Amino acid sequence: MSEKQSSAWSPSPRELERRRSRRAISRKQAIIAAASSIFVLGTLSIILVTSPGWEIFKATFFDLGYGVEIFPTVIKGLWINLQLTFIGGAAIGVIALGLALMRTTKSPALTPFRFLATAYVDIFRGAPLILIILLVGFGVPALGLSGIPSNVIFLGTVAVVLTYSAYVAEVIRSGILSIHPSQRAAARSLGLTSGQTMRFVVLPQAIRRVVPPLLNDFVSLLKDTGLVSILGVTDAVRAAQINASRTFNYTPYVVAAILFLLITIPMTRYTDRAIRQRTNAQNSEGAI
Amino acid sequence: MSNVLELVNVRKSFDTEVVLNNLSLSVPEHTATVLIGASGSGKSTLLRCINLLETIDDGQIFLDGREISDPLINVDEIRRNLGMVFQSFNLFPHKTVLENITLSPIKVHGKSKDEANTHAIALLKRFDLSDKADQYPDRLSGGQQQRVAIIRSLAVNPRLLLLDEVTSALDPVLVNEVLSSVRDLKLDGMTMVLATHEMGFATQVADEVCFLESGSIVERGTPEQVLKNPVNPKTQEFLKRVHQAGRL
Repeated sequence: MSEKQSSAWSPSPRELERRRSRRAISRKQAIIAAASSIFVLGTLSIILVTSPGWEIFKATFFDLGYGVEIFPTVIKGLWINLQLTFIGGAAIGVIALGLALMRTTKSPALTPFRFLATAYVDIFRGAPLILIILLVGFGVPALGLSGIPSNVIFLGTVAVVLTYSAYVAEVIRSGILSIHPSQRAAARSLGLTSGQTMRFVVLPQAIRRVVPPLLNDFVSLLKDTGLVSILGVTDAVRAAQINASRTFNYTPYVVAAILFLLITIPMTRYTDRAIRQRTNAQNSEGAI
Repeated sequence: MSNVLELVNVRKSFDTEVVLNNLSLSVPEHTATVLIGASGSGKSTLLRCINLLETIDDGQIFLDGREISDPLINVDEIRRNLGMVFQSFNLFPHKTVLENITLSPIKVHGKSKDEANTHAIALLKRFDLSDKADQYPDRLSGGQQQRVAIIRSLAVNPRLLLLDEVTSALDPVLVNEVLSSVRDLKLDGMTMVLATHEMGFATQVADEVCFLESGSIVERGTPEQVLKNPVNPKTQEFLKRVHQAGRL
């Protein structure tokens, strides 16, 4: 205890008594938390381990030897997921920003684009992603248009980009709308045009504000790229599926799940930290 | 001496509420016009109309003899010559003090970054804020933020400076540092229109004081006339209340 911080001050007997009480309270809370955790987790593991199927469960889902054997095929598939995520993510960022700007514009020349952007968002946000993947993946090649590649990875990426652009556009738009009108008034009164106001004043603040939900969408995107496996793309999910159906051992699925988590969890933690640091640099009173 | 700003029979209403009623005002060059009046009397709306942040319903506004209430006018071009300082500062929180000040000079007035920075640093030095150039606004006290906002509006050498209750969000100590900055501007010959509740300050800087009530100027004159010897009963009543509140 650093009770001798200042030579002029030492805690009164009352304060010492209060500190004793606080310590007693936190001791008691720690004991309760520990007892509760041991009881709940202990009970769960006993139920799991003593269940009749435990040995079979272990062998089918956590077969270490088999996991190591199929690991290269799953990681090769995961590389496809990552490529899809980053290439798709870049495209989504650009398209979503365009849609969000179109939806928030008041310029009369852009009126038709505002309607189109709204319709686009309504349609692609409302329809299940898996349907869009099937429609694009099987429907577009059926049209027999020349010049459009029929590569399933390309078509799968297009489908994911179409849907996610609608989600991300709405996130960005909500960020734009959350900036207080006084910021616009200040920018316009300095002579900035509405375009300059958007670019230099509103958007930078809006994007900063929506980084956490955007990260959420990015993690979802990485996971949802697994859905393109229905088109026959050998991504991590598909690779795991192929292996599992050959041997009826489900360890490949667990391997794939762990690999996804190894990427998504650090990504979330890292971004949380980055946001906190920037927020601290700019604001003395927490988030904007 | 020519009038920088001229308002002729300006009217503005929000829905059914008339906020400015047949209001006329002349602001000669190098003078300060102070608007006083209770909250809701139309002071802020008047300033926002001059800055074209609001569209007037009737009447005319002239800046250096040019009608700016004409709908065909380029508002961005007009605002380049007007500075506005807001009650709540409205600094850009994602930009440093220096970036806040140089944004308009660089993007609107086409100055080089070096030129804009040099000018901004000179202004910061003059207002005793040179050590804050690279800070973000939220790290500054309210008085410092408001002085940065004043510098930001000065950085483009405006023809006319509009100050909207620039001290209302500040505690009494900070009020003084901001007011002394405004007094310096007055000594420099800046043409200003101010809305304020600080009557002592109004006495010091005003060439003309206008008392607004329900969107009309009911009494105007020198500070001595309006603040010391008001003739209109409404002005007398308002000043009595201000005095009771200890703000005179």
